[in-house]
Amino acid sequence: MDLFGSFALLLAFLCGLYAFGGGIAAIVTRRPLLIKSARHAGMAVCVLIWLGFGSLAYLFQTDNFSMAYVVEHSNRTLPAFFKFAAIWAGQEGSLLFWSFLLSIYVFSVLFAYRGKHPELMPYVGVVVAGVQLFFLTFNNFLASPFQILGSAAPSGAMQWIMRPDGNGLNPLLQYPEMVIHPPILYSGYTGFTIPFAFALAALLGRYPGEKWIHLTRRWTMIAWGFQGVGILLGAHWAYAVLGWGGYWMWDPVENASLMPWLTGTAFLHSVMMQEKRGMMRVWNVWLVFTTFLLTIFGTFLTRSGVVNSVHAFAQSKIGPWFLGFIGLVLVVCFVSFWRNRDYLRSDNTLDSLVSRESSFLFNNLILLVACVAVISGTLFPVLSEWVRGTKISVGVPFFNMINLPIGLFLLFLTGVGPLLAWRKTSMASLRKNFGGPLVIGIVAGVVGMALGLRDFYVTTCLILSVFVTLTILLEFYRGARVIASRGNTNLLSGVAQLTMRNTRRYGGYVVHFGIVLIFLGISGAAFNQDKQAEMPPGAQMQIGPYRLTHQTFDSTQLGNYTSERATIAVDRGGKQIIMLYPEKRFYPSNQESGTMVAIYSTLKEDLYVVYAGHSPDTQQPVIHAYLNPLVKWIWLGGAIVVLGTLLALMPNRQPMLALRTAVEPSRAAPALSPSPAPIQHYDGHD
Amino acid sequence: MKAKTKFGIGIGIILISLSALAWMGAKQSQTYYHTIAELSSLNASAMHQRIRVGGDVAAGSIQHLPGRVDFVLKEEGKTLPVSYVGSDPLPDTFKDGAQCLIEGHAMPDGRFVAEQLQAKCASKYEAAPGGTESSQPASNSDRKS
Repeated sequence: MDLFGSFALLLAFLCGLYAFGGGIAAIVTRRPLLIKSARHAGMAVCVLIWLGFGSLAYLFQTDNFSMAYVVEHSNRTLPAFFKFAAIWAGQEGSLLFWSFLLSIYVFSVLFAYRGKHPELMPYVGVVVAGVQLFFLTFNNFLASPFQILGSAAPSGAMQWIMRPDGNGLNPLLQYPEMVIHPPILYSGYTGFTIPFAFALAALLGRYPGEKWIHLTRRWTMIAWGFQGVGILLGAHWAYAVLGWGGYWMWDPVENASLMPWLTGTAFLHSVMMQEKRGMMRVWNVWLVFTTFLLTIFGTFLTRSGVVNSVHAFAQSKIGPWFLGFIGLVLVVCFVSFWRNRDYLRSDNTLDSLVSRESSFLFNNLILLVACVAVISGTLFPVLSEWVRGTKISVGVPFFNMINLPIGLFLLFLTGVGPLLAWRKTSMASLRKNFGGPLVIGIVAGVVGMALGLRDFYVTTCLILSVFVTLTILLEFYRGARVIASRGNTNLLSGVAQLTMRNTRRYGGYVVHFGIVLIFLGISGAAFNQDKQAEMPPGAQMQIGPYRLTHQTFDSTQLGNYTSERATIAVDRGGKQIIMLYPEKRFYPSNQESGTMVAIYSTLKEDLYVVYAGHSPDTQQPVIHAYLNPLVKWIWLGGAIVVLGTLLALMPNRQPMLALRTAVEPSRAAPALSPSPAPIQHYDGHD
Repeated sequence: MKAKTKFGIGIGIILISLSALAWMGAKQSQTYYHTIAELSSLNASAMHQRIRVGGDVAAGSIQHLPGRVDFVLKEEGKTLPVSYVGSDPLPDTFKDGAQCLIEGHAMPDGRFVAEQLQAKCASKYEAAPGGTESSQPASNSDRKS
């Protein structure tokens, strides 16, 4: 099976070479047969990568301990579920997993647009084949997961070895969330390849109009959605597993996943300016280039050991390859931009400071500043060594100080932007749209302050959250009222109809509302408290309204680990609420241990209890309890963002005629509209 | 005033105020990286800096004392006596031979007082899949505020 897998990958590499080279030849010669064969080669690459991935999965499931990679990351007692997750637990497997997810996107794109957009797709095929070749180089030659354990026999020949058992999976990864978090985050990372490929293809082929943006809108949203959910799941995993009481600490690895999300968010917004007004073409192309480069850079950051992080993959030789690839992509992007820059000229310029355009502009500007701040903070040790000769790192205060005001400004724009008119907004409409929400928001802030709120950022966050929520509700209400009065239905079905008529716009509002909840949840961290004490059985601890009583302590042997567990009764005002079981697990196979945090989560706050081990002095168990307000709102907000993204991905239910031809010209009636529809009515966001 | 000028001013204000914040944040939290070899040659002013040092925990050197944990960090033949006084419990991964990152201050007597400590096993430890917030066995008192 290992031979099968490595041959599949080798064949994928060869097919990739053909898809790339043959694709270029096809573009030059414009021979239909060559175009077709290059596309088929591209699809074959994907299928072969699936086979390679499947065979690695098979090797894991069948406990093939002659494979170095399987030995390193699995063992016999590991549940099948985790044997699957173990595939991406190390460098080699995760790079193959990367190729695997990318190939799903690539196959879908090549298949969905087969025979369509003949001027664009050959270029797309070449670009994606180039990216796939880069990763296949790792899978085949630099970091193959199909290495066999072997040793040199006295005669000089290689002998292969079969180990009786493997080393087991890192306990930090033996957590259900860790099985879904990497696939989701990687789906985000890899997904940005698609808009990148289309943008570069459109530029290279001087593809007319903004059609590449319509073609990639959904792909970009899918990648963006995955990336966001991946980040949140990672935060949740850190919160629930690592046991330090928080969910985000601006670690390089976290930052690496945030950076492309920030530029991706900027891109999702600024394309609307291009669609509506033909502006920002250069900007958008570079935003999507940057986003793609950041996904590669993020992978580089986590694997090269450039930045000191306890999290990152072991230092390895693949770093220079990533840098080389980033450099190459940059050169390709820049040359194709420079040669085709006349094609990207803007149709319009900015008219007014109070307009939709300007809100997008500011949104983009500060998202980019946030991204630059995160990059420079992450790379501060490297940069300072270049500039001053000493390595200096910056910590959490740096990131918070700059990103909190940026976040609040973004929150403000979230409320204001969608309701501003294109070109110029009148005072009257400002008052009509924002007067009420602003007044109520400020009242909420005043009430909050009267109740003891003192933190400036938290108060601002509260005011803005109320303000944004009300503007969103008002938008739904106004639209639904019109539909309800016209169609004689009630308001609720009005809301549903409204949303389905313009999914992009109203899905966007739902996403915005989810973001508001996430902001509220984060602001709760200003009121975090924690307490740590030695607690022999029978001891008690009071934190906030909760009283913890340590009842019993036990140590048991379970499955592939030994568990030490405290049983803690929680009561509030004398009323028993819940039993919590904070736990420490020890995995003998690889001498690792893991912390199982016990969390009692309510909308108001999380009671987060960690068994921190024995006190070295007294040998008594140490319990560390945290009270983290509003954390649940972050996960709730994340779920709503997903819902909104799904809504925005859905097709509109009652599309206008012009809209249908513009969005899907080829599917609707290719013969009728050879050129893009004259009326630029695209779905959503008006 | 033309729209473009207004934009220029607006963007300028945003960028300047954010850079000021970034500068303040950097000043507040900057930590100097040094190797153990460099520590001995630092001048007096560097004693006030927050310093980060990395190395391996010398086998058998960990001593649990009331209120602190003493151990010896070694790197490329040099050794550094360390007292960990942080409030967080030691991570599970902190043991003999572990790779260790400490943050704190160098004392005039050559001892290093660490307030933060992160450790990972020296053995075949590869943490979580890339691009994830993986192993944070670290005790870290920084918290999002």
